[in-house]
Amino acid sequence: MKTQENTASMKRHMGLKAASRISNTIIHIILVVISVIWLIPFICIVIQSFRVQPTGMTRYLFANPDAEMNEGLAIKFGFDNYVNLWKSDFPKWYLNTFIIALVVAVVQTVIVLCMSYTLSRFRFKLRKPMMQFMLILGMFPGMLAMIILYQVLKDIGLTGTNAIPGLILVYCASSGMGYYVSKGFFDTIPKSLDEAARVDGATRAQVLFKIILPLAKPIVIYTVLTAFMGPWGDFVFAKYVSGITPSAYNVAVGLQSWLATTTMTSNYYTMFCAGGVVVAIPVVILFMCLQRYYVEGVTGGAVKG
Amino acid sequence: MYKKKIVPGVVKTVLGAIIAGISWLVASVLIPKIKKSIVSPYQYGEDGFWIWVVLTAIFVIIGAVLLFMGIREMIQTSQYNKKVVQSGNYIKKTHEKNGAAVFFSNLGKKIAKFFAGIGKGIADIVKTFIHGDWKTKVSYVVMGFGNITRGQILRGILFLLFEIVFIVYMVLPRGGAYWLSMLPSLGKVAPNPHGAYNEVLDQWVATAGDQSFKIMLYGVLTIFFCIAFLYTWYVNIKQNKIAEEILKSGKPLKSGKDDLKSLVDDQFHKTLLALPTVGILIFTVMPIVFMILVAFTNYSSINDGMTNGLFHWVGFENFKTMFSWDVGGVNYSATFGEILLWTLIWAVFATFTNYFLGILVAMAINKKGIHLKKVWRTILIMTIAIPQFISLLYISKMFSLNGLINGFLIDLGIIEPAQAIDFLGGNNPVLARVMVIIINIWIGIPYLMLIATGILMNIPADLYESAKIDGASGWKQFSKITLPYMLFITGPYLLTSFTGNMNNFNVIYLLTGGGPTNPAASGAAGSVGYTDLLITWLFKITQNGSSADGSQYYLASVIGILVFIVVGVISLVVYSVLPSVKNEEDFQ
Repeated sequence: MKTQENTASMKRHMGLKAASRISNTIIHIILVVISVIWLIPFICIVIQSFRVQPTGMTRYLFANPDAEMNEGLAIKFGFDNYVNLWKSDFPKWYLNTFIIALVVAVVQTVIVLCMSYTLSRFRFKLRKPMMQFMLILGMFPGMLAMIILYQVLKDIGLTGTNAIPGLILVYCASSGMGYYVSKGFFDTIPKSLDEAARVDGATRAQVLFKIILPLAKPIVIYTVLTAFMGPWGDFVFAKYVSGITPSAYNVAVGLQSWLATTTMTSNYYTMFCAGGVVVAIPVVILFMCLQRYYVEGVTGGAVKG
Repeated sequence: MYKKKIVPGVVKTVLGAIIAGISWLVASVLIPKIKKSIVSPYQYGEDGFWIWVVLTAIFVIIGAVLLFMGIREMIQTSQYNKKVVQSGNYIKKTHEKNGAAVFFSNLGKKIAKFFAGIGKGIADIVKTFIHGDWKTKVSYVVMGFGNITRGQILRGILFLLFEIVFIVYMVLPRGGAYWLSMLPSLGKVAPNPHGAYNEVLDQWVATAGDQSFKIMLYGVLTIFFCIAFLYTWYVNIKQNKIAEEILKSGKPLKSGKDDLKSLVDDQFHKTLLALPTVGILIFTVMPIVFMILVAFTNYSSINDGMTNGLFHWVGFENFKTMFSWDVGGVNYSATFGEILLWTLIWAVFATFTNYFLGILVAMAINKKGIHLKKVWRTILIMTIAIPQFISLLYISKMFSLNGLINGFLIDLGIIEPAQAIDFLGGNNPVLARVMVIIINIWIGIPYLMLIATGILMNIPADLYESAKIDGASGWKQFSKITLPYMLFITGPYLLTSFTGNMNNFNVIYLLTGGGPTNPAASGAAGSVGYTDLLITWLFKITQNGSSADGSQYYLASVIGILVFIVVGVISLVVYSVLPSVKNEEDFQ
């Protein structure tokens, strides 16, 4: 009787094990498929960035079946796109974006940290109203403000050729609204630390610089990282402000202009791919190095809601 | 035991009744009219009618559900309270908090408090004037006089400087007073790009005239400035009162040095907030105020108030346009309804597909016995690192008529070369809409994977252990433990991502540019497409400068305000339904 029970439970146990092995295999397969789907665009863009001929869009990555009839349609590879990039406006766009990103990363971090630290630590009369007010402000589509900001910038001469300082000004000035994630982080640093330092005679400023900031390293890095990455992808406002002056484009606007019309696309499509790769590589490397901090920030931000 | 508050239930009931009632009204009044209007052939067509029917139906259902929940909650609460009272030992204070209820009850209190505060302030001003000494009385006219004569030189000089700057700004020929006086009319002499004949120069010179744009801009800024001045003036008087009291009690006043010191200590928050607040006021608040005002004018690129003529106030005319079904043969109301409906559908799908699939992927990666966890995670995270405009533009090209996907399908023999599909821009609106949602999954899953991973790790493992012992299946564990936990923690996040998706400009604009064109609605400003969201429509209108009406900024503002109302209402409703609104102090 007992042995029967034992074998039965053993059988069930083995069944479970087999079942979990099968499910794990299935999950592995699914994960491989997902990875492939997520990587395909990147692999394709890299391959197409090396295609020299034709320069337009094609339906085929390597071999064109129509090439047997028409030699001109054959696909050839080389480094020409990358060489041509340096002869085009691209380096200028790259430099523009880099300058914007650098300045914005510094200023925006300072502003966001000021804002979030204050809202987390101080209890003053206008604190709650301020936070509610910013919540309501956030419900307005930012696109609306763009029209008027453009006109104002145009009036003080910061559009067109001077678009870079104009963009920096606007990015930095409104960055106080993005205090939420880092405020959540400051909230998790125990207040007793501040109080102990205050008892020892430290001023509020000393508390911030000597005690809180060293502890807040992860969130500082997160803020710098997101602030730095923002301008690389900003498209609409940059396009608006730079208008028809190619020398003032950032990479997003510039590369998009290469795909704006069908004729442009047929000439510049592979150069767009090469430009995309050149833009993506440094950002991806930076991001991957600082990944840990980004994950912390995003997770914390979502949990705090 | 505590008594529960009945307010949350009442709020839900009232909110539900209002929503259902308004939608019902729309249904009974508006829909027959629209139906009548679409009889004539040049208008919107049958579609417009059904969109309104569906939209109203959705709102009626939302209202009814809320109403039902509210009534149920009211009944439950009152029964519960009865029990509590019968049991005899209850504490009168309640600890129940509910977002919307608190919001509404606080709103009333706050408004009352605001006016009471103003009343008290005025009474204060009068009392201080009657009881104050001569230094205080002079300070009513010369700000900072009291401070200077009592030894607080630094404060006094700052007050005085502010007053001088204010007065100079107001009386300058093109200063505050001028802008304020022009605000009601928004200018009388139109700027003329061709200009008037100048006899000295012997040529035509462009005339600036009155510039409505600047009048509005500086008018708003001047109003801000005046409020700031009034407040400073009030502070100045209050300081005199306090200084008098301190001196009477025989204590010394704070010196300028003390003031400076306190800026890095007790008043450190003022130092820290000064810069960000000014930035937000000028670059966020001011433009929004301006654009709200624009909705009540006829500001467009034709009447731009800078070089091309004036614009002026038109009252609610633009809102009327947006909700009427025949403006020069264009049915704006149906166009707006259709785009709103698609915006809501898109936001629901974009939010929830990402949410659930993201959780599933995170669970799959975190499952015991899965190898190479870091590799899977890194591959997904890479999509976050690459600037979205590159991936979105590239993917949109991949799915276009001559893109790689078509080549792939041809290679596999699924379609003939002649049958190539234009996934995003073809004549198939449903396909384009589905594709946009699918591609958005590609964009969104990595974020959700990250967020879900963090939260999944925090779910206590013993919950699963005990569930396993009770013989719960994998699905049961997911639906009874994982999902409720996730939903509870990420409730507010879901709301923000929903509203974020409603305004998700980049994905739509870079993928489809709003297309394929919607022929029925293309008569409306900005040539509307099937995947256009309200936000991309708004953008298109602002870019429509070459059309006969120019860029109708006033319509764009109307849409912006309506988006704000929709987002606000949704947020309010969701907050009132969420189980608990977190108290931020709990985390500290």
